[in-house]
Amino acid sequence: MAQGIDREVIAPTLREIAADWSADQEVFRHTHWGKAMMWIFLLSDTFIFSCFLTGYMTVRASATLPWPNTAEVFALNIGGQDIPLVLIAIMTFALISSSGTMAMAVNFGYQRDRRKTTALMLLTALFGLTFLGMQAFEWSKLIFEEGVRPWSNPMGAPQFGAAFFMITGFHGLHVTCGVILLLIIASKVARGHYDKSGDYSAVEIAGLYWHFVDLVWVFIFAFFYLW
Amino acid sequence: MQDDISAAHEGQQHPVSLYMKVWGLLFLLSAMSYLVDYMHVQGIVRWTLIILFMLLKAGLILSIFMHLAWERLSLIYAILVPPLVLLVLVRIMTIEANYAFWTRAIFLGGGG
Repeated sequence: MAQGIDREVIAPTLREIAADWSADQEVFRHTHWGKAMMWIFLLSDTFIFSCFLTGYMTVRASATLPWPNTAEVFALNIGGQDIPLVLIAIMTFALISSSGTMAMAVNFGYQRDRRKTTALMLLTALFGLTFLGMQAFEWSKLIFEEGVRPWSNPMGAPQFGAAFFMITGFHGLHVTCGVILLLIIASKVARGHYDKSGDYSAVEIAGLYWHFVDLVWVFIFAFFYLW
Repeated sequence: MQDDISAAHEGQQHPVSLYMKVWGLLFLLSAMSYLVDYMHVQGIVRWTLIILFMLLKAGLILSIFMHLAWERLSLIYAILVPPLVLLVLVRIMTIEANYAFWTRAIFLGGGG
């Protein structure tokens, strides 16, 4: 039985990989060139963010002063009560919602539904801007009220500020670029640019970038805010 | 002619209900990882749950939203295998961080 599955499923797929890679131009032959390039860019970006997160791990593990408690640092006082990490939770939900609307925009793009695609992409960009607004609020609260600096802070290990500003700053830069990219592609969709060629891959490629930004946030949320 | 062009660029088409389900799951997983902090779960259970929810969310985004589940295996491997070498970097930096910590603790009197 197991051998049967091996012969029918595993062996052909392995043969397919071998056949694809045995001539380098064959690997991405079935993939839209823009999509392959976006994936390669995202792979390199994965390494950049991984280096930041590994650097954060290193300074946190080697700090002799206690690491600030993120649940308290990022708490918001709502109705006289300190709710831990509430702003970060809302930011997470905003980014996940933007990923959902983006996935549906890609779907409607391939159905050549210009109005729905444009509307959903603009909604995605709006969620992105909401995220950026909350991040700006978070940064200013930390800088002006809590006195966090890249080299020191009143709560504990001085490495905290450097890791925080570097990681969330670089992620925020990615969100900003994503919003600009979404607005450009959305306006092109609205003007019917992709109907001439019939190729709506640009929407999917912009979507790949946007989902990646959400993906990076999943890791930042887990390792920086929750750990 | 028009049909030829459409067929060449058909791309990824999946029911919207699938995206809605994944969206709901991502909300649920985020809420659960937030609850881990809110309920003050500590120690090994906390780290296990955080990593578990993180990997489940990353898997859902990659496979459904980024359509990796429907891509060719060659492309999937080209994307997912290279980041595994980062585990080597993490291991090296763990050793380095440990060394730096004890150097500071022993020779700098716990300062810095």
